[in-house]
Amino acid sequence: MTAPLLSVRDLHVTFGLDEGSVRAVDGVSFDVLPGQVVGIVGESGCGKSVTMRSILQLVDEPGRIKQGEILYRMPGVDGQPETVVDLTKLAKRGPQMRAIRGAEIALIPQEPMAAFSPVHTVGDQIIEAIQLHHRQWRPDGSGLSRAEAREIVVDLFRDVGISMPDQRVDAYSWQLSGGLRQRAMIAMALSCKPRLLIADEPTTAIDVTTQAQVLALLRELQRKYGTAIIFITHDLGVIAQMANSVVVMYLGRVAEQGPVDAIFHAPKHPYTRALLRSIPSIVGQTQVALPTIAGTLPHPFNRPSGCPYHPRCDERKGPECAARVPSLKPVDQGQSVSCFLHHDSSDTQ
Amino acid sequence: MTASHSVDTKQPLLQIRDLRKFFPITAGVFNKTVGHVRAVDDVSFDVFEGETLGLVGESGCGKTTTSRCILRAVDPTSGQILFRRKNDEIVDLAKLTREELQPLRAEIQMIFQDPFGSLNPRMTLFDNVGEPLLVNGMTNRAERTDRVADLLKLVGLRPEFMHRFPHAFSGGQRQRIGIARALSTNPRLVVADEPVSALDVSVQAQVLNLLLELQKRLGLTFLFVAHDLSVVRHISDRVAVMYVGQLVELAPTKTLFSRPRHPYTSALMRAVPVPDPRIPVGEVTLKGEVPSPANPPTGCYFHPRCRFATDRCKVEAPALREPTPGHFVRCHFADELDLTTAF
Ligand SMILES: Nc1ncnc2c1ncn2[C@@H]1O[C@H](COP(=O)(O)OP(=O)(O)OP(=O)(O)O)[C@@H](O)[C@H]1O
Ligand SMILES: Nc1ncnc2c1ncn2[C@@H]1O[C@H](COP(=O)(O)OP(=O)(O)OP(=O)(O)O)[C@@H](O)[C@H]1O
Ligand code: SF4
Ligand SMILES: [Mg+2]
Ligand SMILES: [Mg+2]
Repeated sequence: MTAPLLSVRDLHVTFGLDEGSVRAVDGVSFDVLPGQVVGIVGESGCGKSVTMRSILQLVDEPGRIKQGEILYRMPGVDGQPETVVDLTKLAKRGPQMRAIRGAEIALIPQEPMAAFSPVHTVGDQIIEAIQLHHRQWRPDGSGLSRAEAREIVVDLFRDVGISMPDQRVDAYSWQLSGGLRQRAMIAMALSCKPRLLIADEPTTAIDVTTQAQVLALLRELQRKYGTAIIFITHDLGVIAQMANSVVVMYLGRVAEQGPVDAIFHAPKHPYTRALLRSIPSIVGQTQVALPTIAGTLPHPFNRPSGCPYHPRCDERKGPECAARVPSLKPVDQGQSVSCFLHHDSSDTQ
Repeated sequence: MTASHSVDTKQPLLQIRDLRKFFPITAGVFNKTVGHVRAVDDVSFDVFEGETLGLVGESGCGKTTTSRCILRAVDPTSGQILFRRKNDEIVDLAKLTREELQPLRAEIQMIFQDPFGSLNPRMTLFDNVGEPLLVNGMTNRAERTDRVADLLKLVGLRPEFMHRFPHAFSGGQRQRIGIARALSTNPRLVVADEPVSALDVSVQAQVLNLLLELQKRLGLTFLFVAHDLSVVRHISDRVAVMYVGQLVELAPTKTLFSRPRHPYTSALMRAVPVPDPRIPVGEVTLKGEVPSPANPPTGCYFHPRCRFATDRCKVEAPALREPTPGHFVRCHFADELDLTTAF
């Protein structure tokens, strides 16, 4: 079996607020294999972005990683063997974390405006990143001139489908349309040849037609460079098209994870099943009531006891659902579920 | 040709004829007009009583501007917006003065995309939902209280919530409040601009169900603007497709999705990712970007992105035609192309 590139183990992240503490991420575990696309789905507020920002040690104050490991397999430099580092142990602003951010793991953040500074041109910002991480382009350690770095940016812009790339590099982010800015962000994320790309809802704000182009582009880059991708989205259609494996999150926990085909055709967790039923399909019956999930998402200060999904669950097994937290257990080839329907009630955390 | 005739016996509630909305582009110290954004460019269609007409198209194609013209939130540049009142009198909303529009406000209401922005955060639900009633002359507070309680029940909220403020509610609940407010004056036409776009899929399903149920119960007519084709297909009787300010296709939902006649419609549908990993990912059929409505292409506005474009398309603008009854399309080759989809 291939060793994972990234392995998140029992991650807990909390925000200590005046009103109390929010357990934004409450025991999340998943693996990313080299060159694989992992799709992450779940409703707003379930902890997707916080999990991703934890990987890069970018959690906003007052957020804290309370527990868990984030193991990343670093390649060996200059003939050294590869090593596994626990990213949670690295200093947030230390040299090791800074070398990893961008060069090893790149993030396309959820807020498009956050990616670029409005006072520098898009090109300048990418050139700066390339010069900083010049080893990614010149393994011998020799530097890159501005002109050489600019050349790389123009090529990248062309690769991501930006027309007139040599003019667009001199634009400011606010001068670009939504679709172009999205592409520029992808170019920025790829500019240091990361081995892992984290895309946090990269297509949510753009049209389906532009989305189709961006998804095709990501698939092509993944094939070409073997980049592993963590892809976050609300859109189950996008997940079906992009992912090799899927992680379904609910209230800061993994409800279910597994190969994409199993998640869509043999979902095991009642939440996954309900979620799949609630989307209007482009081929289904029209103007009929869609199956819904009862109730609303609990407020983060009011986490339910036991299984976080139990108050809304339509397949609830019994009293254990409200009393104990089911742990994530393997049920099938690569598929794991946190639900008492699928394992003994004695398997708690 | 207008997208109106030949659809069964239902009466049109709204008839839009040759609607235009151009925004001036100004420059220089004297704000001289140097051009126009043709946001809505010669659009005609009907909305029948009791139906849901879906309106789709890429960002910037004029969906919101069309809606805002109907509500007279902006004044149309030209064209007619004929609305049939309760007493069957037909009025042209485009020509009425603000004062003349006032009594019509109760009959046409709007639901917005942003459930957060459309409610006043400093007003309780009672005031938010009851405001249109007050504006329309229901000055008796007790009467208003009863009506607001009924409206909250109608949209599935508890009447006791009346004295709370919007921030105490989730996104889906706020959208219900927005719907209650829109329904307060017993409107006959409801224009909904992306009403479920900001909601999670599970909440979206609840709000769509509510809209379908309310329509059945109250006989409402909806103009439903959205960019999610699966949502539009689910809720609409007929669907209109816009491209760069123009209507390019309009047909009953089933027909449009199984046999689109405009290359833009079919490309738009093919771009929708199907939530089934066993369905192979299709080729990207629509490349490039939407042209600016300030400077639309010559001939057919779609020709630079159309894979079927010929020399004729570059010079001659196609007219909106009705190749089969009730199916309207703006393409020179609508009769010849085979664009059958899997839907
Ligand atoms: N800076 C912060 N301060 C306090 N709480 C926060 C902060 N950032 C996130 N949270 C909380 O952490 C939880 C998870 O948030 P997160 O942004 O990860 O959700 P998400 O799954 O990415 O949602 P979305 O789909 O809306 O992007 C939420 O309950 C949120 O309120
Ligand atoms: N007040 C205005 N002044 C100038 N131009 C405007 C104004 N309102 C809209 N436009 C332009 O008119 C065109 C149509 O905009 P509109 O908002 O109607 O599109 P839309 O189809 O609703 O798009 P979206 O899907 O992004 O909501 C756009 O090019 C827009 O920039
Ligand atoms: S553990 Fe119980 S409540 Fe939770 S999803 Fe499974 S059956 Fe439902
Ligand atoms: Mg997020
Ligand atoms: Mg709009």
